[in-house]
Amino acid sequence: MGTSTQARPTAHDAFGSPVGVNNFSIIAATVNGSGSQTANNAIARALFKMGIPTTGKNLFPSNIQGLPTWYIIRISREGYIGRRENAEVLIAMNRATADEDISKVPSGGVVIYPTEWKLSESRDDVTYYALPVQQLAKASGASAKMLSYVANMAYVGALVTLLGIDINEIDAALMHHFGGKRKAVDLNMGVVKAAAEYCQQNITKRDPFKVERMNATAGKVLIDGNSAGGLGTCFGGFTFAAWYPITPSTSLVDALTDYAKELRVEPDGTHTYAIVQAEDEIAAIGMITGAGWAGARAMTSTSGPGISLMTEYAGLAYFTEIPVVIWDIMRMGPSTGLPTRVSQGDVLMVYFLGHGDTKQIVLLPSNMQECFACGWQSFDLAERLQTPVFVLSDLDLGMNTWMSDPLEYPDTPMDRGKVLSAAQLDAAKGFNRYEDVDGDGIGYRTVPGTESKYAAYFTRGSGHNKYAQYTERADEWEANLDRLHRKHEYARTIVPKPVIDEVAGATVGIIAYGSTDQSMPEARKFLADRGVKTSYMRIRALPTTAEIHDFIQRYPRLYVVENNYDGQMRKILQMEVPERAKDLVQISKCDGLPLSSEWIATSILKKESK
Amino acid sequence: MAVQEPPIKVNRLGLTRDDYKGRASTLCKGCGHDSISQRIISVAYDLNLDPTHLIKVSGIGCSSKTPAYFINQSHGFNGLHGRMPSMATGAVLANRTLTALGVSGDGDAMSIGLGQFIHMVRRNVPMVFIVENNGVYGLTKGQFSATADLDQELKYAGRNELPPIDVCHEALVADCGFIGRSFAGDPRQVEALLKAALSHRGTAILDIISPCVTFNDHDDSTKSYAYGKAHEQIISDFGFVAPQEEITVDYDPGTTADVTMHDGSHVRLRKLDEKHDPRNRDAAMRVLEEAHIKQEFITGLIYINEERPALTEIERLPATPLAFLPPEKTRPSREALAKVMQEL
Ligand SMILES: Cc1ncc(C[n+]2csc(CCOP(=O)(O)OP(=O)(O)O)c2C)c(N)n1
Ligand code: SF4
Ligand SMILES: [Mg+2]
Repeated sequence: MGTSTQARPTAHDAFGSPVGVNNFSIIAATVNGSGSQTANNAIARALFKMGIPTTGKNLFPSNIQGLPTWYIIRISREGYIGRRENAEVLIAMNRATADEDISKVPSGGVVIYPTEWKLSESRDDVTYYALPVQQLAKASGASAKMLSYVANMAYVGALVTLLGIDINEIDAALMHHFGGKRKAVDLNMGVVKAAAEYCQQNITKRDPFKVERMNATAGKVLIDGNSAGGLGTCFGGFTFAAWYPITPSTSLVDALTDYAKELRVEPDGTHTYAIVQAEDEIAAIGMITGAGWAGARAMTSTSGPGISLMTEYAGLAYFTEIPVVIWDIMRMGPSTGLPTRVSQGDVLMVYFLGHGDTKQIVLLPSNMQECFACGWQSFDLAERLQTPVFVLSDLDLGMNTWMSDPLEYPDTPMDRGKVLSAAQLDAAKGFNRYEDVDGDGIGYRTVPGTESKYAAYFTRGSGHNKYAQYTERADEWEANLDRLHRKHEYARTIVPKPVIDEVAGATVGIIAYGSTDQSMPEARKFLADRGVKTSYMRIRALPTTAEIHDFIQRYPRLYVVENNYDGQMRKILQMEVPERAKDLVQISKCDGLPLSSEWIATSILKKESK
Repeated sequence: MAVQEPPIKVNRLGLTRDDYKGRASTLCKGCGHDSISQRIISVAYDLNLDPTHLIKVSGIGCSSKTPAYFINQSHGFNGLHGRMPSMATGAVLANRTLTALGVSGDGDAMSIGLGQFIHMVRRNVPMVFIVENNGVYGLTKGQFSATADLDQELKYAGRNELPPIDVCHEALVADCGFIGRSFAGDPRQVEALLKAALSHRGTAILDIISPCVTFNDHDDSTKSYAYGKAHEQIISDFGFVAPQEEITVDYDPGTTADVTMHDGSHVRLRKLDEKHDPRNRDAAMRVLEEAHIKQEFITGLIYINEERPALTEIERLPATPLAFLPPEKTRPSREALAKVMQEL
């Protein structure tokens, strides 16, 4: 490979950091179903193993084969993981979108494309590299069936040479991907090597983008939120799961199924759990409600359309006080919406899911450790509070690859809540299912199969008094609602508290939750560099805790940042803290993409400079 | 001289028939559903059912209210309209030692709940599922249900211009292994079917015509007491032999046969030469089809087959119910997590 002859002046990212060594993004534009995911994962994993902070985001269509898909790898020596608006290095492998893809490359960027396209290199502010993709793929000797898959390896090889990725790390990443199957790895590595050599011999590097080994990922892991959530569920002692397939939630149950087979099978071959693929989401939540009622740790996972179908059962479980866990991996609605794009659009719906005065418990993980923790904490909360617990993750958290500190083993023993044993029942000669004995609004329950003649009670969605008897009496109905309200107030004191980063002298408070958190460190630095000091509160659960109220009271101006159109969390906070409603400012966007650090920072800056 | 109290009769568990009672019914006087509740109480007493291992589950409707009116010492769950099968599925998987007794209505099971009904049967969820079939929606005051007869007229609902869905037919098509039809006005047959159904391995469907005295008990209604009494045609004669009972050979070869149930009890089929053989699926299909065409009211055991394993047998469940597994069994170790982290 020749030396750089006409290197362009160093460019800077939106935050003023020079782009180039270990600070830029790669975007691979491919066709869905062409197998590019293997290539993209290999690149991301190799970079990560080189010690460089790396995140991967897949922007994919709702389609099995043929529609365009983009994979963005962010490389950040500073360790930022949020989405950036620009990607400097374009791998253009989809002719259909190439013109638009190329037009989006920032000045000073790079375009790698197949020689076979005979592209007219019309922009003079970017560097073009042509790669004989088809020729390299054919030379590998791959079967006709495998040809389009291994063709993707050509751009992996190109990046090895052009960016300086360690080829041994690519090999290791492919070994990981193919589960150690050397033959499959060799077929792919053949193309990687050929492409790398081709670039060395035929391409003169003329751009500033390079990677260099660092030591910033030691001890960290790469994982997606659905795998973390499935694993957390497994360690949470789930004993029953029912589900119906829907993107982007399916991979959570897939991960759960795989981990359970690995971790939850007894020596005699029996399973300490059951997983049922239901006929629809109504049946899925029906099954977990029956299982939760009968004493199992029961969960389901779905996305917005499934939540809609689950509404009636969610209300029943709330009112009959049955512990169940429901994951909602949020995607873009309304309706089928953009099924493979992210949004935080289910917050309002889920918090109030059910008819009548229903208020649900909602957990809001922001990162991989929290996706894992929600897997087990959700069960403890559901059984303690005897109520459904919703975990609101989203497509970005759930399906994209995140760099994370290792997931942490549960730090508290399982809390199975207030369940009476046969001995307790025989000693007390009975119990009142919906009586508030302890002042926390939570009664004692029993499960079927408890061998005491005092164990049984009757569960019904219709009016019931504290003895679990049918009633239509006004006073008994109200007393029950009052108790449910007390329970909700008690829930405020035990749900995860917000994470607050208070900055001395700040007059601006930023509030965010879920996947939006990833862009906050960078956005806040951008603001701080421009003289806007910000404190930050990340909400981790609903109902709101006292800490949330205090934070809102402390700051004159509050920006609620979220990935939906209506500013749904802001609306909830306005209801919760009505006296500050006017000062809670909506910073929301809903275009199917994770909020970028630039957009958040500039949106707040604009308001602040008014 | 003190008067000798008559001894209180108890069953093998030491429980009286009264111990199997529920709260006072709030249904209309004479409602067929109440008489079915009485049959359940008797059968549970006779079979020495342990109430602590029985669950009563239902959907929504007059029929679905009845689990509150029998066996107080069992847990009951009066759930959502049409969605009881899924709830029952979760419950029996959570605790495989439970016997599930489901009560549904024709609206609950054949309209809003037809999907869950079919999938329950397809999964072979171990439970007895009773459809208390009155041809109307009782609780919402007399609309036609999907089991109402073609051209039937009701004062409030008018004329029904659509053909009925047949509960037994639906069950048979979905591969149900125990299908019986009966009539609330035939207590002996209801009890015999219930006993056998409770011994079935998987889902047992009992379609019991249960007159709604308020909205659909006119003499010309096929779901009325009068019609049932006048037209019931019993197509199979059978008896139930509990596991502990001795089987005595008292039949003519060729006319009687025993089906061994999963729990060791027997269903003794009699007079096979004269009538329907419930072990024959094609015959069952034919009998139902003919009855449908001729609008005949056939009752009895329609189909029995103990071969298909229940859902709880397929799921590789441990002996201890999932609900009662201790944390040591359900939370993998710290080392297990460390190993997973290493592999990432
Ligand atoms: C989702 C829903 N839709 C409608 C209703 C109103 N509803 C209550 S009972 C019933 C029909 C019950 O008919 P059936 O199952 O035949 O029971 P029956 O009262 O005749 O015994 C309906 C439509 C409801 N409870 N829930
Ligand atoms: S309305 Fe009909 S079904 Fe309902 S309780 Fe009265 S008689 Fe029975
Ligand atoms: Mg009815």
